[in-house]
Amino acid sequence: MARDLDRGRPDRDRPDRVLVARVPDWSVLAAGYDRSEPVLVVRANRVLAASPAARSVGVTVGLRRREAQRRCPEAVVVATDPDRDARAFEPLVGALAALTPAVEVTRPGTVALATRGPSRYHGGDEALGEQVVELLAPLLPRPAPVRVGVADGTFAATLASRPGPPERALGPGDVVDRPDDPGPGQSPVRVVAPGASLPLLAHWPVTEAAAHLDTPEADAAADVLGRLGLRTLGALAGVPAGDVLARFGPDGALLHRLARGLDPRPLAARRPAPERAVGTELDPPVERVDTLAFRAVGLASDLHQRLAADGLVCLRLGIEVETEHGEVRRRSWRHEGGLSAAAVADRARWQLDGWLNGPSVDRPTAGITRLLLDPEEVTAARGRQLGFWGGETRLDEGAARALARVAALLGADAVAVPTLGGGRGPGDRVEAVPAGLVDLVGDRPPAGPGAEGPWPGRLPPPSPALVFAEPPEVDLRAADGAPVGVDGRGQVSAPPAHLGREPVVGWAGPWPAEERWWDPDRARRRARVQVVLADGTAHLLALEHGRWHREGTYD
Amino acid sequence: MTFGSGAAAVREGRLATLGERARPLTLAEQRVLPVLSALAPLLPGGALARGTSVAVAGPGATSLALGLAAAASAAGSWTAVVGVGDLGVAAAAEAGLALERTVLVATPPPERWGTVVAAVAETVELVLARPPARVRVADTRRLAAHLRTRGGVLVRLPGPGTWPEAPDVTLRALAPDWKGAVAAERLDGAGRLRARRLVVEASGRRRAARPTRVELWLPGADGAPAPVVPVPVGSAPTVPAPASAPAPAPAPAVARGPAPAGWAEAG
Repeated sequence: MARDLDRGRPDRDRPDRVLVARVPDWSVLAAGYDRSEPVLVVRANRVLAASPAARSVGVTVGLRRREAQRRCPEAVVVATDPDRDARAFEPLVGALAALTPAVEVTRPGTVALATRGPSRYHGGDEALGEQVVELLAPLLPRPAPVRVGVADGTFAATLASRPGPPERALGPGDVVDRPDDPGPGQSPVRVVAPGASLPLLAHWPVTEAAAHLDTPEADAAADVLGRLGLRTLGALAGVPAGDVLARFGPDGALLHRLARGLDPRPLAARRPAPERAVGTELDPPVERVDTLAFRAVGLASDLHQRLAADGLVCLRLGIEVETEHGEVRRRSWRHEGGLSAAAVADRARWQLDGWLNGPSVDRPTAGITRLLLDPEEVTAARGRQLGFWGGETRLDEGAARALARVAALLGADAVAVPTLGGGRGPGDRVEAVPAGLVDLVGDRPPAGPGAEGPWPGRLPPPSPALVFAEPPEVDLRAADGAPVGVDGRGQVSAPPAHLGREPVVGWAGPWPAEERWWDPDRARRRARVQVVLADGTAHLLALEHGRWHREGTYD
Repeated sequence: MTFGSGAAAVREGRLATLGERARPLTLAEQRVLPVLSALAPLLPGGALARGTSVAVAGPGATSLALGLAAAASAAGSWTAVVGVGDLGVAAAAEAGLALERTVLVATPPPERWGTVVAAVAETVELVLARPPARVRVADTRRLAAHLRTRGGVLVRLPGPGTWPEAPDVTLRALAPDWKGAVAAERLDGAGRLRARRLVVEASGRRRAARPTRVELWLPGADGAPAPVVPVPVGSAPTVPAPASAPAPAPAPAVARGPAPAGWAEAG
């Protein structure tokens, strides 16, 4: 039924021919490692990418770092660095720009170009693809294959550049991991004939389309579709378009269009008026990336606000600089899900870093005098639906960025998120993890492992509102002036009467806590008491090695 | 008028609800963050007005600050605690703070304090901050402007310094009375701190100008603030058996006056 609707207008919905060139495992190469070495690229303790050598022993993307290291103990762990990836990729993009000016970077490691003109010039898609491979191969920092796919639209072309398609339908748990290296006699270029995308797409999981759009909404829609049994693009394409739109809204409709090999946004995406571009003159000329990036952040939020005021979102961003010597450099970045202000600023920083610091042949010869951010393609923003149960709060991407700024001011450890773990003392239970290591926007469990216990000797609530990192030593004495002690049976020598000079009016305890008695180096023996003073304040005291310390105050 | 008046009342009620929902305006008293019902009588409008600052003082100031943040935090707001390195995170969790939406910021150096707190206030709706030795007027003004535009709430904790400008509301804890400890003369400390009865006095500017006093359990039996419920005359206060007291002996009769909410179930 869906296909009947489309029969009358074959070209209106069919996307333009696109060539996608992909260097597999780019972040591994950019980090300076060979694909044959076991390498893990991690972010926030999750594996973001792994070299083929690491994948061959069972490491998958998304694994916890510790688990990945268990499976592949000899692996080198590298922190992710989008700047580095983008900087190293810039020379490749520069080389392709010699072939055709319409080069779009999707993400470092993947680049797309419209083939209409260049294909005719170079004698067909196949020949153009081979030309691209020949052009890129010598520029790679380490030996790696370059895979090229030519098909209708970026999505199909991206999948065509991947090994496959899978012979059978893939479910959500299946991992597509075939060697990216073309076999002997196999061409690195795969051309899918115009209008023949559907059989290619059919066996890929719906999550691939969501990954292509790269928005949380698309991920959520793909997740729901998967749980309803529509796991592959082929299955999704078989559902009438109207039903998908009615039931899953615009996110489902976008996935459905991708699944049918159509342009996800026909007619909606448009070239905006050139006045949309925001730019700034730089006087004196700037040669430092951080200064430029700082200006770019301001421009990015300006651009985002202007577009948002008209209900638009940017799909393709042009970044242009002009130097003192009159050189003009321009590069396009694309994001199918729409670029947020932070994403625009990131792309601008990566690009500027690539131009100024990369080993690029077209590195500007003088300081930058003009910086321009030009939205080359925009579409209607659909707005964001806030989470139904307070799922999405104000700490969005931009807020996480502001916290990162605070961390930059004070040091990485200064901004932390607490979790309650196991332990007996009130201070032992807290684990403060630096915010930079945690995905603040995503879901996190409120309590760590072992929080529930049992922890014999732990004081029940209420807990002290102030817990001192370095408990001050205090003087706890009985009525006769002798220091209060606690014997081996957990009894006090005499009831406490004075804390320093303050008279004690009430007390409770002691709670002996013997920790790690099996380990002579780390064993601790403590006894805690609570005291209430005449002024109504209450404190938690701990006795260790015959000295009392004030661990906390019930403020 | 008797005929059908019930149905008319129902309809009117529905219309009122509908009108409430469809109303496009956001009134000043609707720009608020929720607070626990126990603390609501202390604040003008019964909630934390966005863009304002609240100071807490007296013995129990930290618990009061945590109690103020609890409801909004549970409802989805983020909380940042700036410069309180000795915050009892367990107490914060017991008070009702959602730890997964809480950020701890270390004490900034004095010259950067203003910048850091302003940056945090730009992001997070609830900021609990302890002032450094000297707070500049310019910093507090900038912070107040951030709070107004971003709709956040600042809770001022007592600290080494003082704030140059008065807060909108000041909550002062008075007359703390801990329940659960045994008298100092007894050799067996068979008890534990269970709850604290406090009088909290609210004073402030404008709508909060008239001082209000409320009696509270802060913290209550489970760590969260609870209102003091008046006991009916004639019924003796019940002393609950310790449900999970670590000490072997039963708790002595020390609790005088009404028990905090939750004790009856525990016993």
